Amino acid sequence: MRNKKNIEESIAKIVMGSFTMLIVIVLFSILAGIFVKGLPALNWAIVSQVPKGGYYFGKEGGILNAILGTAYLAAGASLLAVIISVPTALYIHTYLFSHPRWQKRVRLWLDVLWGVPPIVYGAFGFNLMLFMGWPTSLLAAIVTVSFLISPVMIRAMDESLQQVSPGLFESAISLGFYKGEIGYRFLLKQTLPGVATAFLLALGKGIGDTASVLFTAGYTDYIPESLKEPVATLPLAVFFQLSSPIPEVKARAYAAAVVLTIIILVISILSRLISKKLSKNKVE
Amino acid sequence: MSNSKINKNKAFIDQEIVRKDEAKGLQNLIYVKDLSLWHGKQQTLNNIELNIRDKGITVLLGPSGCGKTTLLKTFNRLSDIYADIRTEGAIYFEGNNILSRETDVYDLRQKMGLLSQRPQPLPGTIAENIRYALQLKGINARSEQDDRIEYYLKKVALWDEVKERLKSPAGKLSIGQQQRLCLARGLAIEPRVILADEPTSALDPISSRRIEEQFKELSQDFAIVLVTHILRQAKRLADYVAFMYFGKLVEKGKPEVVFEDPKTETLKEYLMVGH
Repeated sequence: MRNKKNIEESIAKIVMGSFTMLIVIVLFSILAGIFVKGLPALNWAIVSQVPKGGYYFGKEGGILNAILGTAYLAAGASLLAVIISVPTALYIHTYLFSHPRWQKRVRLWLDVLWGVPPIVYGAFGFNLMLFMGWPTSLLAAIVTVSFLISPVMIRAMDESLQQVSPGLFESAISLGFYKGEIGYRFLLKQTLPGVATAFLLALGKGIGDTASVLFTAGYTDYIPESLKEPVATLPLAVFFQLSSPIPEVKARAYAAAVVLTIIILVISILSRLISKKLSKNKVE
Repeated sequence: MSNSKINKNKAFIDQEIVRKDEAKGLQNLIYVKDLSLWHGKQQTLNNIELNIRDKGITVLLGPSGCGKTTLLKTFNRLSDIYADIRTEGAIYFEGNNILSRETDVYDLRQKMGLLSQRPQPLPGTIAENIRYALQLKGINARSEQDDRIEYYLKKVALWDEVKERLKSPAGKLSIGQQQRLCLARGLAIEPRVILADEPTSALDPISSRRIEEQFKELSQDFAIVLVTHILRQAKRLADYVAFMYFGKLVEKGKPEVVFEDPKTETLKEYLMVGH
């Protein structure tokens, strides 16, 4: 006689397996869809030129403005976010070590901030921009995106800092180090792989986000030469070109999407590699 | 007014006790006076009275959770870093009350080297682990650092095992070697007292024995406070024993007296079960 568990086992296996398969198929269809539509339009010209006259009617040019714009924006925003995030994450684990209730509170607030939709950050950034008297610019976009990705970065660093044994903190305190010093010299070193991963995770989020820079970045066909100039980004390039009725422009939207996807993929793979490489100094 | 202030902050050790101790040939270094400690509402230490002698090993013995580690961590004010801790009473060390607000905790912690239950090397190489401690002592010349690294590693009998790989990560050492490295690091800050919190509990018997031997040797020069729940270890090492139970100090004295002739039922039972 067959055990009832055998039947239940096969049902469970089929249900779990099919949903896993479903989501994997969806993910690969997205990638395939973009690549099928975008690759034909992707050529050297499109990644090496800025839009020329009549570009948006299907004439010559490329999206170099958006590629470089995204690079500047992402570099600036993630740098600013690191400056905000590293001290914050260390603060939670050093000075708030003696105040577990505050640790919990700060984590909750950061999780809430993580969940706030990017468009809300966009609106906040827009107001901040008006308040500071900035034009729509690279600067305004960098500040907005850095606020958007800081909670992600802090919480990801925080998670990896939580893996550090409290004994390490105790030992360092017992030797006579002060708390901040322990943070910068030891906790950071111990969690370097986690910190690098956190950085790349937040960078990926920043690069891909459209809504937060909708009001603050402006858009331009040129490559910005200062922080006060508007900047184009890849997500916005996709967005604007996709809404065009002209087939050539639509195809270029997919080409831009391919470029964006490749950048994100590279960052994801890089973050895996880096986190493996940097584990060297870690104490098990 | 001014008198009470002096009582609070300055050494106020009963000279009678000091005289008695000296008459017995004892040099005491730390005097715990009527110490109580609360974790939130829970009282973990209850009116502890204890003298820790200079040179020699004072063993704090007792079952898990009896407050011996908590007591140990008040000696270097490590208890400060935990939430909701309140203390009453005093611990006198070198003429000052450790628990006073005016205590320079950084200075205090360097006088009380702590060896924790599990070895906690700091991230970095074997040599760096000792270098960190030397830097804290203001020794920044590279060559002097290197000399001292060798000296302290030899002192804990680790030098021959690691001299070829001083630049490899400390985390790669075996756990017993890590504990000896931590001991060397602790010695490098030139403490007056060594606080050891069940330092062998994570180690295999051979590594444990080596640590014990080193403690015996170090007890010639240092005051050592050793927390343990292992009766045999206490018997092997103790020059002085304090038996704790549920936050109270139940019995204290020389091991030959305490172990041979226990006065209380709790200790009698512990000694019986311990064998």
